Amino acid sequence: MSSETTILVALLLPVLAAVSCLLLGGGLGRPNLRDIATPLIGACTFAAVWRLAGDVLAGGRPELVLFEVLPGVELAFQVEPLGLLYGLVASGLWIVTSIYAAGYMRGHHEHNQTRFFTFFALSIFAALGIAFASNLFTLFLFYEALTLLTFPLVTHHGTDEARRAGRVYLGILLFTSISFLLFAILFTWRLTGTIEFTPGGILGADTSSGMVTVLLLLYAFGAGKAALMPFHRWLPNAMVAPTPVSALLHAVAVVKAGVFAILKIVIYVFGLDLLAGSNASLSLMTIASFTMLMAAVIAIRQDNLKARLAYSTISQLAYIVLGAAMATATGVLAGGMQIAMHAAGKITLFFCAGAILVATHKKKVSELDGLGRTMPWTFAAFFLASLSIIGIPPLGGSWAKWYLMVGALETGFAWQAAFLGVLMLSSLLAVFYLMPVVVRGFFAASPSAGPSGSAGGDRKPLAEAPFLCVAPLVLTALLSLALFFVAGDLVTLLNF
Amino acid sequence: MIEKILVLEVVLPLLAAPVCVLVRHPRFCRLFSLGVVAACFAIAVALLVEVRGGGVISYELGGWPPPLGIEYRVSTVNAYLLALVTSMALVVFSFDSRGGPPRVPEERRHLYYAVFLLCISGLLGIAITGDAFNIFVFLEISSLSSYILVSLGGHRRAVMSAFYYLVMGTIGGVFFMLGVGLLYQATGTLNLRDIAARLEPSLDDRGTVLALALLVVGISIKLAVFPLHHWLPNAYSFAPPKVSAFLAATATKVSFYLLAMVLFTIFGAPFVFEELRLQAVLLPLSILAMFLASGAAIFQTDLRRLLAYSSVAQIGYMTLGLSTANATGLAGGLVHLFNHAVMKGGLFLVVACLLYRVGSVHIDALAGIGRRMPLTSAALVIGGLSLIGVPGTVGFVSKWYLVSGVLERGWTAAAVLILLSSLLALVYVGKVVEVLYFRKPAETQPIDHVREAPLGMLAPAWVLAAAAVFFGLTTDWTYGVAREAAELLLAGGI
Repeated sequence: MSSETTILVALLLPVLAAVSCLLLGGGLGRPNLRDIATPLIGACTFAAVWRLAGDVLAGGRPELVLFEVLPGVELAFQVEPLGLLYGLVASGLWIVTSIYAAGYMRGHHEHNQTRFFTFFALSIFAALGIAFASNLFTLFLFYEALTLLTFPLVTHHGTDEARRAGRVYLGILLFTSISFLLFAILFTWRLTGTIEFTPGGILGADTSSGMVTVLLLLYAFGAGKAALMPFHRWLPNAMVAPTPVSALLHAVAVVKAGVFAILKIVIYVFGLDLLAGSNASLSLMTIASFTMLMAAVIAIRQDNLKARLAYSTISQLAYIVLGAAMATATGVLAGGMQIAMHAAGKITLFFCAGAILVATHKKKVSELDGLGRTMPWTFAAFFLASLSIIGIPPLGGSWAKWYLMVGALETGFAWQAAFLGVLMLSSLLAVFYLMPVVVRGFFAASPSAGPSGSAGGDRKPLAEAPFLCVAPLVLTALLSLALFFVAGDLVTLLNF
Repeated sequence: MIEKILVLEVVLPLLAAPVCVLVRHPRFCRLFSLGVVAACFAIAVALLVEVRGGGVISYELGGWPPPLGIEYRVSTVNAYLLALVTSMALVVFSFDSRGGPPRVPEERRHLYYAVFLLCISGLLGIAITGDAFNIFVFLEISSLSSYILVSLGGHRRAVMSAFYYLVMGTIGGVFFMLGVGLLYQATGTLNLRDIAARLEPSLDDRGTVLALALLVVGISIKLAVFPLHHWLPNAYSFAPPKVSAFLAATATKVSFYLLAMVLFTIFGAPFVFEELRLQAVLLPLSILAMFLASGAAIFQTDLRRLLAYSSVAQIGYMTLGLSTANATGLAGGLVHLFNHAVMKGGLFLVVACLLYRVGSVHIDALAGIGRRMPLTSAALVIGGLSLIGVPGTVGFVSKWYLVSGVLERGWTAAAVLILLSSLLALVYVGKVVEVLYFRKPAETQPIDHVREAPLGMLAPAWVLAAAAVFFGLTTDWTYGVAREAAELLLAGGI
């Protein structure tokens, strides 16, 4: 199979998964087959993306040009290291998530499961399209598609709350992408006459520094999925979705699409040389630092577990933006690494939140006292993943933070120490918003009697969530441990 | 050979109309008019293929050479319009409205088809002829027949809206006529190319400036340029649904062509946009249309009125493309003619499906219909996304070139405003989608009996929805042609 076909196969397999969901779940009424087919196709997708890895590591850039949409603008794909990494993360975690989702949706007696799995698979299709996009148009096309395809997932419950959240979700994401991102793309097109991602960037070295700053900020805010403040509110709102959506899409695929776009634009549209040392770089670093700290502080104050994780995601995404804004090889490496490390860690945390919800119907941190003893696997996984997010070795997250700090020192700014301080402070804050969950779970005394008058008085509390929920979260927790030891490969891959 | 069939483009529907009146058999009339429209479409496509790349086909009516006789002349600009009108007519005619609603009585159905065919031949005539007075004649044929079509809407207010449309349309027609008269006085010819060659417009020549003013205002009424658009929302919301779809997709587009032809071919871009600086008026009005009409659309409770106001806003995009007066922007405006026809035509056909099954397109009546009529609703979602300008749909292609053209002109603020105004489309489309999919149907209006629309209605609506995606991804025959047309217009040709 040529690499061209492999790209096409990798892109089309999720579509196949969606079709098979529709047929098996809807037309034929075989939900069990449906839930087996999705992870299997997910595994094939991952294998297809994996096949491209060897080529890319060897320095190849597999390409697939479908057709010309507008004169000079093609629907085309090209796999480069960053896209490969994002593609691997999205497709790999899709396998575990689809297993988890089967357990969760059944355990939680959700309705419209077929619709759910169909749109889920289509969202992965859009995510892979973003990963492999070889120009700004293709990126934008799939970026918008991802927003629209995840909308039915966010509003899955169909309640007034879901509807309101859906409005905020679409409102902010489309507002930012149309008024900032599209504008920036068109402006780039006007300035340079091309929107191809090109190593070294397409903006000429003579672009004025004011123009570069404006464009960079337009791109950074335009990729609203990166949840830079003040355009972050859609993410906590998206938490009304069923937990597998929050786990894969709103901790991995969707939010990473935003930061991935920023990274890619910094590398292939601006070029590191143009940005490094410019005011543009500094202003974006400041915004990222502000978001990082602010979101962490808000996270500490959230009692709803998923909301707390959502703000933690906002804070952690800002790490990647910070890395991109540094515009140095180290910064970009750290950003790319954080994409993978944070993905493994945060998806575990969301899986745990969902498992707790399925097993005990508890959503709040303050209700978790003593649960660690009845759900040891879940809480152990939560603990490991928390360590990774905070950045403590031997977990994967520590490398991302390490390189970010190195990168902060390498930048030529006088305030390099300030950014170092911001990074350390942010890790400290992460301890404060994640550890209480673990501490409550394991050490706090469980309330002797459950809240009286709860609807199911006769229901026995499950010790753990269903196996299909627990196995994936253990797996991803181990993954964030394993990532610590394969970080070297990532350094080779992300050598810009 | 090709110049021989050129004239059939207008003559076929013109002759088919009396045939319908004579035969009177409703089923025959339906199939016959469908066949005629299909033939017109085939001719238009053949013409477009022939002239693509800079060709011109000319035909002298009755063998009288211009300037004595009337010349029919087709270049890329005209062929593009012909293809647009006939393709939309074909889709609309293949829509099987099953006699209603509203019900045109069986014994008068043939008149309905006859008038429809006359309207088409009028629109095609405007696009094809190279003679100023002949344009006026066809303008009146198409206008008079569209007043009749609107009045058939069945609702009491349909007659009133048709009358209002008639009054406004006639004023527009008279303005146009006076303008043509002044041009005749100045140049002594009615042949468009002769007028263009002999006219030496200057600001000191009051007569020419007045002619331009009369022509622009007259056409602007027909085109429903803000703030001359008041006839449009009523006409579109009370006309029979098929007629709304047809008029929304074609009538204003032909007026746009007329405006572009007057500005670029007859008066010439240098005079209009450099000496007279028409863009100083056209650009603000376009932007006002984009915002105020979209804003009005948000507050409509009737889906048809909502779409009608959205049309006024979309016309704003087209005139904005016109006012850039550069190839990219003008091509953006021209390609938006077709793109908007596809999406708005499709949406009005969806409205027809909803009217047939639900009986009303009031926003409250549509609660929960998304589940009862999933395919119809999906077509509506696609059309709506296209109105917003989501990439992968035709709306995006238009927006891309409009913004590019505006940026080329250096109007950064206008570019931002175009993008911001598309967010208003997001609001009004989002409102409808929310009602369709999320709102629970009211107790008083059970929707259990509502079924998916029949295939004869669904298929045409979906053809346009699919076209909205197809031409959003392949633009050679839309933008490619529009670009050629724009360059031709800017060079003063036709």
